[in-house]
Amino acid sequence: MLTAILTGFLFSIFLVFTGRFFKGKLSILASLIPLGLFVYFFQFIPAIADGNVIMKSYEWIPSFNVDLGFKLDGLSLLFSLMITGIGFLVFAYTSSYLKGHEYMDRFYGYLASFMGAMLGLVLSDNMITLFVFWELTSITSFFLIGFNNTNPASRKSALTALGITGIGGLFLLAGALLLNNMTGTYSISEMLTMSEAIKSNEFYFLAVLFLFGAAFTKSAQFPFHFWLPGAMKAPTPVSTYLHSATMVKAGIYLLMRFTPVLGGENIWNTTLVIVGGITMLYSAVHTIFRTDLKGILAYSTISALGILVFLIGLGTQEAFLAAAVFIIVHALYKATLFLVTGIIDHQTHTRDVTRLSGLNKIMLPVGIAGILAAISSAGIPPTIGFVGKELTYEASYHSESMVIFLMIAIVLTKIFLLYAGFVAGIKPFTGKLPEEHANTKAPGFILWGPPLLLATLGIVFGVAPFIIESSLIKPVVEALGADASEMHLALWHGFNLIFILSLITIGVGTALYFIIKPSEKLEKGIARLDFIAPENLLEKFNALFVGFSNFWTNFFQNGYLRNYISIIILFLVVLVGYIMIGNTNFTIDYNSLSKITVYEITTTMILIAGIFYTVFTDSRLAAVAAMGVVGLSICLIFVFYSAPDLAMTQFSIDTLTVILFVLVLYKLPKYLKLSDYKTRVRDGILSTIFGLIITTLALQVLAEPVSKEVGNFYAANSYIEAHGKNVVNVILVDFRGADTLIEISVLSIAAVGVFGLMKLRLKMKDRRRYADTSLNVENENKKK
Amino acid sequence: MRTTIILKTASNYLLPVLLVFSIFILLRGHYLPGGGFVGGLIASIAFILHSFANGLNKTKELLIMHPGFLLPIGLAISFMSGLAPVVLFDLPFMTGLWSHDPVAILGSVGSALFFDIGVYLVVTGVTLTIIFTISESA
Repeated sequence: MLTAILTGFLFSIFLVFTGRFFKGKLSILASLIPLGLFVYFFQFIPAIADGNVIMKSYEWIPSFNVDLGFKLDGLSLLFSLMITGIGFLVFAYTSSYLKGHEYMDRFYGYLASFMGAMLGLVLSDNMITLFVFWELTSITSFFLIGFNNTNPASRKSALTALGITGIGGLFLLAGALLLNNMTGTYSISEMLTMSEAIKSNEFYFLAVLFLFGAAFTKSAQFPFHFWLPGAMKAPTPVSTYLHSATMVKAGIYLLMRFTPVLGGENIWNTTLVIVGGITMLYSAVHTIFRTDLKGILAYSTISALGILVFLIGLGTQEAFLAAAVFIIVHALYKATLFLVTGIIDHQTHTRDVTRLSGLNKIMLPVGIAGILAAISSAGIPPTIGFVGKELTYEASYHSESMVIFLMIAIVLTKIFLLYAGFVAGIKPFTGKLPEEHANTKAPGFILWGPPLLLATLGIVFGVAPFIIESSLIKPVVEALGADASEMHLALWHGFNLIFILSLITIGVGTALYFIIKPSEKLEKGIARLDFIAPENLLEKFNALFVGFSNFWTNFFQNGYLRNYISIIILFLVVLVGYIMIGNTNFTIDYNSLSKITVYEITTTMILIAGIFYTVFTDSRLAAVAAMGVVGLSICLIFVFYSAPDLAMTQFSIDTLTVILFVLVLYKLPKYLKLSDYKTRVRDGILSTIFGLIITTLALQVLAEPVSKEVGNFYAANSYIEAHGKNVVNVILVDFRGADTLIEISVLSIAAVGVFGLMKLRLKMKDRRRYADTSLNVENENKKK
Repeated sequence: MRTTIILKTASNYLLPVLLVFSIFILLRGHYLPGGGFVGGLIASIAFILHSFANGLNKTKELLIMHPGFLLPIGLAISFMSGLAPVVLFDLPFMTGLWSHDPVAILGSVGSALFFDIGVYLVVTGVTLTIIFTISESA
């Protein structure tokens, strides 16, 4: 199973080296990867349908309880099949859609990594692994959305999507850590057995909140939905793959996966029903106001995701059944519609639905696919969409409270979705062919094959729902913790209230389609309300944040080294001083002091003289030299108190510091008095207080009873265990060698940083000089 | 920059002497004050002194390659001395390995010595890179 997940990543690495072979005719071969994976997962169907669960676990970080645990049950199997199946069609479609594109290999690389990440996400049984793959899908989708990286709008929406889903990822991590804290495990299967304990835990609410944060951002629920329409800037294969079938369903997957663990409580169900309800209705209504085909599809996708969240929230066995069926329904028709839109865009170079009609005269197979998908999305028999809609209505009808309210919401949503499906799938293909598209070329088989196949599947499953009933749907419902043995999928449910509602939906929706024509006027009308849209509020908040950060940065990071140092010292003085006041008392035990020797006095005198000279001299160079004197005096004191290692290092460092200072000072102008008398006094007071505080602190540390244990251990073991007599050095290279290793790495990074900064500036200078000379040459030419 | 002939002449002799001294400091570190860090600093001081007397370009010629190359080499040596016990003997990272018989002059040789050599190279590389870069842009 690990191999299956890694295949996508390996393929993209493989593409790095062989990419140029995959840009041409061979590109269609890339689709063999998802096809192979699809076949691999397909063969698990009988085993899963029998109620088996396949677990695979590889050790990863055992000390943190994190392993690469994978679990294949009904739920993950359904998602894996969708990921690889639709993946196969999208891979094939891309080879024609992006034919001749310069960076096609890159695109396949991103797409394959995304597929790997997505498979990992739905198969992970360990929450940390789940989190890692979750984030990987965000990152790979960032590259896919921003694939047209020369377009600023595309880059911006990629960033927005990454930002929103990235924040969601952090929520997931927080949830994982919290759940681990509550249960002592990261394994979702183990959490299943502790469901009751988790629900009665005081942090249950918080855990639910974190998981909701993750799921709602990923699955574009209100008010986080706005990244999804923005993400439509991506090439259509990406929209098809990520934004209809896979990535946005990750949030749904998460909710479904945790339904048996966290679900069943009031807060879980009510929140999901409310958020899902708002999302589905809000964005379904929004579809009326769009003229861009992909915009319509984006909003109808959000609405469909809302329906799924809503169904999970209902939490009944019927609702789970409806959700499972609707996932398949939606994946089939929405992927078809996206692919169809891509073909239209590819051939006619427009996605403006007001300018599209009568295209079936040119691309009949595409038209058939579009119309079939539209029928399925409308829930007209005999499509699987009809089965899904009936189940959805039934689930809402049998809910425990607020039945009428829920029914109105879901029926209205479905009416608008029907409208959206018709506009996207039927409108471009009926009516008169406008002249501007008369010369449109017909698309090739590789383009129209995939959508037609998907649309046909929608009909096949509708006519014969038993194909997917026990093989796919029932295991999913069982994975959600409900009993599925009594369930039965059928096209005909009898003539009852639900059927009447279905008829009403179809009737009103169709009427709506003929009454409301998508137009720019409508789009502009809704734009007036944009100021209260969540997206706009977020942008205003962002602007505020940026403004504040600018102010804050300019205040503290003003580029004056002296201010930085003053602020740091002031902060320390206030913080340490505050603690010290009242906690410090002085007693001097004159008997314990050792005798003062002549050379100590002499060194201290030199040291003090050096300090005064540094402060009052008028020459920079002299100040640096005097500081060197101070450093060397300290060296001497180290020697007196038997710390030769320290003294040696201090000596070399001091020498080098002086050299470094001289090198820098050499560049500065002759000594100028930059600070006036007042600042000097202020700085003087500040540094005196700082010195006093540090001295007191040092004395206090000395007065503390010292634990000799550590020191004694090193002294005792340095020769026995590390064969060294110099304890200091043994600590550095052996006992705490890992620290040293990290320290020298940091040193190297610092050196590289200095090198980079200085060299970069040099190059800029060279460039400017070059620019100057070229100007001169020009001027001279003019003179001639 | 004009330099006195005394410094110029002296630096030519001082460079090898200081370098040998720095290696001496590096090697004795295990028993007596010294070690890779101080050794590296002394080595870089030796080169900087040379560059003061003879100009930066002369020193660079002497070094053949840019001191920045010492960073990866040093890091690699240090890291590998830590990795050796893992690879060779399946012991934890950075376990000390020791030769059974003491080597002349050095005493008993172990992985810690190689670690210290790495530190020595990195410190020399860092100091020289920083100081050379800054003096070049001066």
